[in-house]
Amino acid sequence: MARLEPANVEIAHEIISRYPRPKSALIPLLHLAQEQDGWVSDEAMVHIAELVGCTPAEVIGTCSFYEMFKREPVGRYLVNVCTNIACQLLGAEDLLHHAERTLGVRAGTTTPDGLFTVEDVECIAACTEAPCLTVNYRYFYKVGPGDFDAIIADLRAGRRPTRCAAEPGEDGEIPAHGTLHRVRQSIPGDRRAGNADPDTAGEPAWLGAGGAS
Amino acid sequence: MTEETVVAAGPPPIVRIVTQRFDHPDSHTLDRYVATGGYEALRKALAGSPGAVVDEVKSSNLLGRGGAGFPAGTKWGFTPPGVWPRYLVVNGDESEPGTYKDRQLMERDPHQLIEGCLLACYAAGLSQCFLYVRGEMALAQERVAKALNEAYAAGFVGRNILGSSFSVDIVLHWGAGAYIVGEETALIESLEGNRGMPRLKPPFFPAAIGLYGKPTIVNNVETLSNLPWIVANGADAYKQYGSETSPGTRMFALSGHVKRPGVYEVQHGVTTFRDLLYSPQFCGGIRDDNRLKMFIPGGGSAPWFFEEQLDLPLEARPVGAAGSMLGSGAIVVMDHTTDAVKACLRVVRFYARESCGKCTPCREGTNWLETILQRIVDGHGRPSDLDKLLDIGDNISPGPYPAASWTDGGLDAVPFPPRQTTICPLGPSSVAPVVSALRRFRPEFEAKITKRSVNIPLHVEREGTRV
Repeated sequence: MARLEPANVEIAHEIISRYPRPKSALIPLLHLAQEQDGWVSDEAMVHIAELVGCTPAEVIGTCSFYEMFKREPVGRYLVNVCTNIACQLLGAEDLLHHAERTLGVRAGTTTPDGLFTVEDVECIAACTEAPCLTVNYRYFYKVGPGDFDAIIADLRAGRRPTRCAAEPGEDGEIPAHGTLHRVRQSIPGDRRAGNADPDTAGEPAWLGAGGAS
Repeated sequence: MTEETVVAAGPPPIVRIVTQRFDHPDSHTLDRYVATGGYEALRKALAGSPGAVVDEVKSSNLLGRGGAGFPAGTKWGFTPPGVWPRYLVVNGDESEPGTYKDRQLMERDPHQLIEGCLLACYAAGLSQCFLYVRGEMALAQERVAKALNEAYAAGFVGRNILGSSFSVDIVLHWGAGAYIVGEETALIESLEGNRGMPRLKPPFFPAAIGLYGKPTIVNNVETLSNLPWIVANGADAYKQYGSETSPGTRMFALSGHVKRPGVYEVQHGVTTFRDLLYSPQFCGGIRDDNRLKMFIPGGGSAPWFFEEQLDLPLEARPVGAAGSMLGSGAIVVMDHTTDAVKACLRVVRFYARESCGKCTPCREGTNWLETILQRIVDGHGRPSDLDKLLDIGDNISPGPYPAASWTDGGLDAVPFPPRQTTICPLGPSSVAPVVSALRRFRPEFEAKITKRSVNIPLHVEREGTRV
């Protein structure tokens, strides 16, 4: 709904400073906007265009290409059920139908209370743990219909689901949709090697000397 | 660094190189990494010349693990002389159906990957590294971010690494959900902030004109994760594992109808598909001791294999000569209860959804394939549909399919005459399951068309499959 807040603008500038060309920061900044609002609004995209120095049309062009960016509000929990081949072989279609039935929504839509959005997604790289799903990109392995109900019940009650949960993240929580990784890269100023500007950077020092030492 | 060796009868002994720390619950931390010999390879490399690292990697004949299987050291040598700066882009956008290895390497041993990046930058004179992690992998991003923060603080990354003149920044970048970004030129487009659509190649490969128009090396996560071991232990030690043409080890993700699905690191080139599928050390056979119907040997893009290919070694050349590919090390196993038509539809649907839309034959063709297959599965197929499927496939990937991807001259990176009417291999990949399934199981397709058989969930067990 909004432009980036001052604290996020600061983060945005730090992210931009890591790239030789500001536009490279576009995808991370769109994630930042989504982290702030839960989705990516037009105002946020205009703001990002100002930050990286391109047109809003270019931002929406990039944004609309990638599946993870939602340009309208979605549920607090985005439940992505994988139905690709490895999961399908072990019952993913049933799992998706069960999810649709129990939540009362079709894949791609949100429950009326705004809690859950169900999606039918492609391979999420947990093929040996099929059938699998992610909730806000946190993994759950070998999920059966009963497990699904338990996960949903926990989320509704505000608890962290443990059933079928894969390794929890650094803080073990499932944040609201939009927040991806909760540990940010930060490069201390005195440790930075600096960007390699494509127009001016020359041969790396360690090559010219024939070695680093 | 040490490797664990377990001697067993049957398949070649298990050797763990890139997964050697996986058994430690804190394998992702700097403390564990350093305590198990981490960053020693970097010290060793910095004490010598960059050329020495290049020679070591070239001599190890390490093959790229992303899909094409190109020798890593040779790839570094393709950058044009005198053009600076050069970049390293790490391809961690693992999304090929069936593939589950890079996510593990990033989540469970991020420092190994970081050290691999540093070695590559040092050896090939790469001034900045961008580590592109798939958008959906939140934990991998957290672990890599945390590892980078630790490594910067400890002086392993950044300015004057370990007090030397070697300085390089590693920047964590993350995607936002697009399979096509795993293609190296699409990855570069995405890293420049654009829609992830592949660039036309040849003539200019990223090694010559890549990120920001400068020479760029794009390496897979698993490839780079091998470098610390190779530099620390030497190319000769690496070459004692695997076969002569495919040395070392490789990770394979075994999924589908097997008793013990999992990710296994095995010796490259000497272990066979049969070892992986049936040996008790690995999958232990097909579920319920069912019959094997088919398996995908190298991710969704690979033409299918059947029982008669089980004894092929896990090596690019023989697999390529047999008309498929090892691809990204993803093996999806299907038993006799599997509906071949539905399995084919599901793989094709993936490509129809993920086509970026740049090339017409792929954008339109993949959707046509999906529409027709869906119609057949739904019981509305027409007798002419089967030839139409092959015809559409021929428009995307002309000529007899599949074609051997390896010849005596080596890997046909750019076959001539062209075998695809598209810029990248996504379109032709959608043809693989169609031709594989139709050639082998045509009666199943015909039965669905003539008998109007109903849509049954794929995994439901029933007597035989000849509906």
